Amino acid sequence: MTRLSPLFRETMRSALIGGAASLLLALVGMVESFRERFIISGWFNVGQVLFLLPIWYAIYTTLRRFPDENRKDTLLAAFVGGAVGSFPLVILLLLGSVINLRAMFVNASPALYRILTFNQGVWPGTLLLILVLALLGLTAGGMLQLSQRWQRALIQGFVWLFVVGLMRDLILTVTNRWGPLAPVFRSIFASSGLTPVGGILLFLIITGLSYRRQQKGTAPKKALDPKMRWVAFAGVALIFIFLPQILGLYFSEILDNVMMYILMGLGLNIVVGYAGLLDLGYVAFFAIGAYTMGVLTSPELNANPLTYWQALPFAMLISTISGVILGLPVLKLRGDYLAIVTLGFGEIVRLLVLSDWLRPWLGGTQGIQLIAQPQIGNLVLRSQVQLYYLFLVGVAIVVFIAWRLKDSHIGRSWMALREDEDVARAMGINHVTTKLLAFATGALFSGIAGTIFAAKLTSVYPHSMNFLVSINVLALIILGGMGSIPGVFVGALVLIGAPELLREFAEYRYLVYGALLVTMMLYRPEGLWPEARRRLELHEEEEVPASDALSPSPAE
Amino acid sequence: MKRLLVVLSVLVLASIVLAACGPKAQPYTCTDPLGCVEVKPGEPIHIAYALVISGADETLGVDSRNGIEVAIALKGKLLGHDIKLTGEDDGCSAEGGQAAGTKLSADPTIVAIIGTSCSSAARAAMPLISKAGMVMISPSNTAPDLTEAGNPNNHPGYLRTAHNDKVQGAAAAKFAFEKLGVRKAATIHDGSLYAEKLQAVFAEEFQKMGGTITAQEAVDPNGTDFKSVLTSIAATGPEFIYYPIFVKAGSLITRQAKEVPGLENVYLMGADGMFSPDVVEGAGDAVEGLFVSSPDLAAFAAEYQSVFLPKYKELFGTDPISIFHAHAFDAANMIFAAIEKVAVQQPDGTLYIPRQALRDALYATKDFKGLTGNLTCTPTGDCADPKIAVYQYHAGQYPPERIWP
Amino acid sequence: MLRTRLRGVTLTDIVVWLIGIAILVGMIWGSIATIKLGKYSLSTWTDLIVTGLALGGVYALIALGYTLVYGILRMINFAHSEVFMSGAFTATFAASGLVSLGWWERFPILSLLIVLAVAATVSATVAFLVERIAYRPLRHAPRLVPLITAIGASFFLQYTFRGLYGSGLKGYPEMTIFKGEVILFGIRFFKTQLVVIIGAILMMIALYVIVQYTKIGKAMRAVSEDKDTAALMGIDVDRTISTTFVLGGASAGIAGILYLLLFPVAHFFMGFIPGLKAFTSAVLGGIGNVPGAFLGGIVLGLLESVGPSLFLDGLGIPAAYQLKDAIAFTVLVFILIFRPSGILGERLTETKV
Repeated sequence: MTRLSPLFRETMRSALIGGAASLLLALVGMVESFRERFIISGWFNVGQVLFLLPIWYAIYTTLRRFPDENRKDTLLAAFVGGAVGSFPLVILLLLGSVINLRAMFVNASPALYRILTFNQGVWPGTLLLILVLALLGLTAGGMLQLSQRWQRALIQGFVWLFVVGLMRDLILTVTNRWGPLAPVFRSIFASSGLTPVGGILLFLIITGLSYRRQQKGTAPKKALDPKMRWVAFAGVALIFIFLPQILGLYFSEILDNVMMYILMGLGLNIVVGYAGLLDLGYVAFFAIGAYTMGVLTSPELNANPLTYWQALPFAMLISTISGVILGLPVLKLRGDYLAIVTLGFGEIVRLLVLSDWLRPWLGGTQGIQLIAQPQIGNLVLRSQVQLYYLFLVGVAIVVFIAWRLKDSHIGRSWMALREDEDVARAMGINHVTTKLLAFATGALFSGIAGTIFAAKLTSVYPHSMNFLVSINVLALIILGGMGSIPGVFVGALVLIGAPELLREFAEYRYLVYGALLVTMMLYRPEGLWPEARRRLELHEEEEVPASDALSPSPAE
Repeated sequence: MKRLLVVLSVLVLASIVLAACGPKAQPYTCTDPLGCVEVKPGEPIHIAYALVISGADETLGVDSRNGIEVAIALKGKLLGHDIKLTGEDDGCSAEGGQAAGTKLSADPTIVAIIGTSCSSAARAAMPLISKAGMVMISPSNTAPDLTEAGNPNNHPGYLRTAHNDKVQGAAAAKFAFEKLGVRKAATIHDGSLYAEKLQAVFAEEFQKMGGTITAQEAVDPNGTDFKSVLTSIAATGPEFIYYPIFVKAGSLITRQAKEVPGLENVYLMGADGMFSPDVVEGAGDAVEGLFVSSPDLAAFAAEYQSVFLPKYKELFGTDPISIFHAHAFDAANMIFAAIEKVAVQQPDGTLYIPRQALRDALYATKDFKGLTGNLTCTPTGDCADPKIAVYQYHAGQYPPERIWP
Repeated sequence: MLRTRLRGVTLTDIVVWLIGIAILVGMIWGSIATIKLGKYSLSTWTDLIVTGLALGGVYALIALGYTLVYGILRMINFAHSEVFMSGAFTATFAASGLVSLGWWERFPILSLLIVLAVAATVSATVAFLVERIAYRPLRHAPRLVPLITAIGASFFLQYTFRGLYGSGLKGYPEMTIFKGEVILFGIRFFKTQLVVIIGAILMMIALYVIVQYTKIGKAMRAVSEDKDTAALMGIDVDRTISTTFVLGGASAGIAGILYLLLFPVAHFFMGFIPGLKAFTSAVLGGIGNVPGAFLGGIVLGLLESVGPSLFLDGLGIPAAYQLKDAIAFTVLVFILIFRPSGILGERLTETKV
């Protein structure tokens, strides 16, 4: 056998990987589930995109690495690659026509086969599939013949088309509120996805605009002068204030959740990001805040219920104290030992509020209902829009505190402890009070989030206090960039806001969420908006053109 | 920013053009106090679900959703329109219910909602859905407060086809005390609202009849080792163990109870959460003799076997994973029937569905022949057939055998 | 040693010790009250202990994989519970295939070997892929970043297997040779329980031997000490780490089969709780230490099984078993107060981590 050129070899290899990804998407059921979710009504649906796109993407990105090959070879490689990429799916089809795969793979259904064979039966359909994928590969090769500018513009056009088509329902819930503009948006959408006319219009507009914009070239961004900075700041503040009015109730709900996680994220950021203490049971303080609010204000458990504002100081006090209580026994522990004890603390709190033993005081399984909502004058903050402002005030205060703490004496001590505990102690930092303060502050912020959570739902249940909450908060601060305050905002928007948008994917939400978490961390290990000091450290590293073996090993 | 403006202006122009060619104004005027849903010709009727379809409790919601999809597949077209099903994850939690409720209530095309899976979610979602004028029928909420007149958690527009815990718990107590003749019983719940309430009702009724409760234990629904808890229960000497929990823990308890000395001959009983082929699969031979309470399926068994199950298997490749698909199937069909009753059809095919009338029609449901019995709704929304039957499992056999009453 | 300790005693140390003593007093008080109550007979206690030992064996089996990876990479492989699940879940299909072929009862040993091979292969493959995709590119990233990709991978795997095999339960067929009981030293064991306990011991010994006495084990330990120096000494670091993951994966697969002997039900969520417990066991025993993982597993199993009856029943706390994890974690805190790096953990760890 003659040796294949690297171009062919690489293309076929990655096309096969792409094909395997398609196969996986087909077998987990996504292709079939989304067969009725159209991007452009009647033309093509999300399911088709899901099994075609991985192969196309694999070929496109591989070919891009060979810019110097001649046109004929590239196109041929693209064509062959597409055909090869279809093999995993072809094997599924052929195997599925002989034996019943459904005994093991529940989604290997006749409906799936029909989608993959474009409704043409096993043999003609399989050939058709190979042909379609080969031609699809060819389009990837063909794209590369265009100028960079057109390529980017086309990709943008398709991405927008996909996102807008997919998010049809969400976009409509917002635009339905926009009075005169509402019918405009309604007219480009069909009952599922976009109408053909709307879709083509959207695609042309986005592609054209994106093509034109690139013409101007990328002027280097100028740093804002201080005056403009204040204007920008005021602009951002205004946006925050009017956001729920523009976006409506459902988005207020999402924003409330995002804000709640921002509150918790800011707290955990102090514990993990500033002080370097890995806490996997952060939900405990959230639970303590919420339950204190519940116990004190619900007439179910309490003959003299307090109001929200009366109970708030108690909730804050109790969560702070619980932070210290957790902090004491773990003072000596480091790293993963700390992680497991905090995790255990979270579980203990959850089990206690769930237990039949404490049910007369904490409600047990049935939770606590009729929790008071905050009242200002005669106005009870009830709807998600009203509560948004409560969250906003809470976040504003907490951000201010966190920001001031960061460069204070105590903030520096935290960071010193994080970098090297032994050295920090040798320099005279009292590790006991410093660590306890970190735990207490973190607990306080989380407790506040818990009180608003309880008020928003007017109920608390032990099931809400699960490990997943701790994981989410931890993931969002690391994704945002450890120790970075804006990072917490970005992280919460991405990890809490995006899953709400991913509701479209319903039962595949966690699948997509998991994949997203991995990809984003691989893409930006330092976080999406890293702390300035860390960014600096990373840059230093970059300047040394070191091989892996020479770069400093991770903190141990 | 500029780009957005251009997009918008083009869209405005396009829409004006489109609007000019559109049909003329409709003659129908909606007089319903809650408004009407307009379904244009060629557009589908939009039904939504709010069920738990991800996370640890998902089997509950997925099965219900499958039931709805079977109902839609069997129905085909409703008054000449397709039926479109979209949905939300209720997370089996209050916060999930609130999010789902907010989202669904923001979509004016939704005619009716099937959900929620869990009572905590319903308590948070229902105020929003009720305010939006929609109806919601739950296939698996069992908490009594949701349909208790005057309770703050009872909202207009809420109905359910699942059994109120009060009904099922009492039936189980009656069965144990009268049919089996046991006097000493123990209960286990898994910390879910459903199981906890059911065992509480059971314990109360059982004691009222003169029985004694020897132990009331609780387990983790995702746990695996229940031998220790069973051993400690065995020490209290019960004749009957009632664990109205779900399949995962339920089948393991069934299996492990047989291996605990002192429990070899104790009667075991679950509730409708354990009416599932997965119990046979999971408990193996130990399933022999296990009782479960459930809606009485006897009258409709033939139709269930010949029509429903084949369709279910065709669509999803597995057997149903719980009994809640039947409740959801009934809920969907009740909605279809009510829509057929109240919808106003225009000559051009446009459909108007008045919301208050739809609610009234659903509350007025009487002797509706469903998979779970003859459904008749009370004014507060309890629609399940009050007839509870007890079934007994035999090794390797599904469905179990109906033995009482 | 003692003197340096005493000199460093501070107020917080005393407070922490007081917490520890309070926990101890609570345990003793509860135990005395329970024994006084006399609710349980001696045979009940032995039954509880045997159950706990078997459960601990399962935890130990999974914990070995955790600890192996941790020992080399100093990272918590959160996806290990899903590695365990993938092998066990897949093996149930092999098992039911063998049942329908009629081999299950006719050639039990061969069937068992096939099932073990399937589980080990699938788990090892998944572990290898997870390392290759989610950990290797991040080897020089901050320490917590791989933790997050591990969590992401864990979600991804759970829901992939849910998608592939459905969300229902899958029973694992019983084998006649494992049915029934054995009396050993007057104590009643189920055969499956014995198999699990012996399996855990064998696995611990095997892994210990591999790590301590083989060439690849030496390479692992070298990589664990210092990756860069190991690389300079001619050790292929990437390959060593991959091998570690494959080894840990295979052990998780075998653990999966033994788990299924005891709890014969598989589903996509089955890895989560045992994984968490195994992680706890590994830490309890001193993470990174192979015999420690075993010991930690056994201690945790016993705590969960005996703890609620022993400590809580006498105090009149209802539904004691609901709180079994709370007891386990409280005791964990108690142990870590006095031994901050686990029961068998090296003292060194304190400065190293």
